[in-house]
Amino acid sequence: MLQDAENILEVTDLEIAFGGTPVLHRIGFSMRRGERVAIVGQSGSGKSTAIGAILRLLPGSGRITHGSIVLGGGTTRGEVEDLATASEPVMRAIRGERIGLVPQDPMSNLNPAMRIGAQVADALVANRTTEGKPDRAQIRSQAVALLAEAGIPDAERRYGQYPHEFSGGMRQRVLIAIALAGKPELLIADEPTSALDVTVQRQILNHLQSLVDARGTSLLFVTHDLGLAADRTDRIIVMSEGRIVEVGTPREILLDPQHEYTRQLVAAAPSVAAALGAGTLADPTPENPARAGSILVVESLVKEFALRGQRGSSIRAVDDVSFEVEPGTTTAVVGESGSGKTTVARIILGLETASSGRALIDGESLTTTRGARRRALRRKVQPVFQDPYGSLDPTYSIERLIDEPLRIFGVGSRSSRQDRVAELLDQVALPRTVAQRRPNELSGGQRQRVAIARALALEPELLICDEAVSALDVLVQDQILTLLADLQERLGLTYLFITHDLSVVRQIAHCVVVMRSGVVVENGTVDEVFNHPTADYTRELLGAIPGAAFAA
Amino acid sequence: MGRYVLTRLWQSVLTLVLASLVVFIGVRQLPGDPALAMAGEEASPEQLAAVRADLGLDQPLLTQYVAFVRNMFQGDFGESTRTGTPVTELVATTLPVTLWLSAYAIVVAIVVGILLGVVAERFRGRWPEWVANAMALIGLSVPNFWLGILAILYLAVTLGWFPASGYVDVLSDPLRGLYYLTLPALILGTGLAAVIMRQTRASMIETMTTDYVRTARAKGLGRGRVLVRYGLRNSLIVVVTIVGLQLGGLISGAVVTERIFALPGFGKLTLDAVFTRDYPVIQAVVLIITVSYILINLAVDILYSVINPKIRVGGAA
Repeated sequence: MLQDAENILEVTDLEIAFGGTPVLHRIGFSMRRGERVAIVGQSGSGKSTAIGAILRLLPGSGRITHGSIVLGGGTTRGEVEDLATASEPVMRAIRGERIGLVPQDPMSNLNPAMRIGAQVADALVANRTTEGKPDRAQIRSQAVALLAEAGIPDAERRYGQYPHEFSGGMRQRVLIAIALAGKPELLIADEPTSALDVTVQRQILNHLQSLVDARGTSLLFVTHDLGLAADRTDRIIVMSEGRIVEVGTPREILLDPQHEYTRQLVAAAPSVAAALGAGTLADPTPENPARAGSILVVESLVKEFALRGQRGSSIRAVDDVSFEVEPGTTTAVVGESGSGKTTVARIILGLETASSGRALIDGESLTTTRGARRRALRRKVQPVFQDPYGSLDPTYSIERLIDEPLRIFGVGSRSSRQDRVAELLDQVALPRTVAQRRPNELSGGQRQRVAIARALALEPELLICDEAVSALDVLVQDQILTLLADLQERLGLTYLFITHDLSVVRQIAHCVVVMRSGVVVENGTVDEVFNHPTADYTRELLGAIPGAAFAA
Repeated sequence: MGRYVLTRLWQSVLTLVLASLVVFIGVRQLPGDPALAMAGEEASPEQLAAVRADLGLDQPLLTQYVAFVRNMFQGDFGESTRTGTPVTELVATTLPVTLWLSAYAIVVAIVVGILLGVVAERFRGRWPEWVANAMALIGLSVPNFWLGILAILYLAVTLGWFPASGYVDVLSDPLRGLYYLTLPALILGTGLAAVIMRQTRASMIETMTTDYVRTARAKGLGRGRVLVRYGLRNSLIVVVTIVGLQLGGLISGAVVTERIFALPGFGKLTLDAVFTRDYPVIQAVVLIITVSYILINLAVDILYSVINPKIRVGGAA
């Protein structure tokens, strides 16, 4: 059954269908024992489906309709097994014990109503080698040891805490401890760090790698980030639309991609592009310095939040932040979660009031102006938010969504507004026919175009983009960034781009403000900051961009 | 957590004061005159006035309320204007019946409801789900009194499995006592069981597709363990809230059920008192119902915070 005894996994002619529609088209690949293999592809490429099939945990109506998934045997653990046809009891024995899973989203993969220690202990109990009643004290000490090994400080005390008391990075470490509890021969990591900040991502992946290396575990690493795959694995499998389009070493894939899709992916991969120092979309010299001075001035901005239940104590989310933005340019505010970047954006938009300091748009502040002047000022600045799924009302048609700001401000007549919506759809390169559709009929990228069209409806001068491309796949992300750069050139827009992703910054921004714990640690042009970072933190951030190793 | 409970307690006391006011005024707005009911239709105006004075009904409303509250705090709810029995004594004999009935009904509803809900989720799209759904639909849509009459007719009279009526004190003879209460508790619990079943099913369906359930299965845990430790536990958070909201309805349901099965409970006391304008009894009864309503809600809130660790910490932070 196994073609090569050295292989731990052989997938042959695998076809998976959801309710009769095939989504995985007879794919085949193999992994050698101890090898680290990456599967790279966008959402919808079938990479997660492949994993679901290997673990036989396909959601809903998903079925394996053809092919085999052979797990190599020969160790003390078990026999060669075809996972495509194995019975549920056999699969139960294999899950956790021979194949471990580090799932994607640390926020949703831990049981919120159960202490984390108990969740690790469950994994230990499920994969016990001895029969009979489990020794509770022993299980507990093993679980504590696993947590400590996965990098949870003070594991003994934190054993009894609940998931919501942990940060995303710490939760991911708990999930790693769970995946390693059964000492699996094959570890599947499904986008294990996509939801985390870059520096945390690097720490966790380094840690995961050292654990995997020490055990000689084979690693199947699923990611949408080509740079990350190149950094972390021996071999990359590129998937698109349910097919494997290319397989090769990281060097082959990055430097000499054969397939058209891989080429697009390499070109669009922001991390790789940033590392290679190419693909800047931002116009280096903004052409219309129509007005002298800055369109946005942020002056000694401070925002303090009172801590709940602790009278008098507060936390400084934004601490004396100052910067200026020239008209027609893009300034990126970069930082990890908790750095205060979003709070700054909210204050500028007038959604939050500053504790002290000011944010002036054309010399006026949204927090102090009232009435008609405030409305006029609102027209000048518009937001584009991160989540194109959450920021559009699903019950509205696209036309109504884009039209809404026009109606609120009483711009034009009904028919002139209709024309304006059509014009806006043209501007964001959407067919006019989408006007009558609803958000759930559009893809993530299309929705974000709608969000941009809505933001542009009132002809603003300044767009505040809060992680506007973070939720999108790389190729789509690239398209949206191109669109934004294009709109900037045509309409002379100014962007304030809030992001955690330095690679995006390199692609689109002229200036960068690096924030950490509410403080600006570095502020300068993209070239200055990327080529001659002065702050240690900036250097750390730049070093954490995956794919940097291939810059040479 | 302690602070959370304290806040809730304070709110409860406030609710209670308001409730006592509403009860006091409300009862006096009822049409009908207790003095007339007591003294009889033929009584002379002098006799009526004497009865009123005796009952304190000739005093200003405020004085009456103050007296009412003061006596209440001394555990004195007055005497029934009809029989002259102290209200506390009436309550002491009837309340246990209703409490046993309600508690039994809640247990039945929770056990049956959660069991059917889990079964419905586990066997989605197959016959056990259809059976469970049909039972829930019947429980929700058929009125209690009709179910009660059917149950008496078939289960008690025709098959003779259960007594058709009567009450045996649960404390003095637990087995026989519970046996006599089984049929009423089943009937009283059906509506609640149906609600719990539907809620359990819906939230189980949701939780069983969450990421953490998949992760639990990827650990190599068996289906049963995942179902209980990961699925059910999270589903119960929603179920407890819903049950809490429904419990109040149980008290009014008990009034009807007691009537069908001729149980000497609180419901019967309430009905009799309302019909005879027995002010002290009505006041006491309504207040006790209010207090139990408040206590139940308090208990549900605290229970909720025990099941859902997020709330517990939120209250303490």
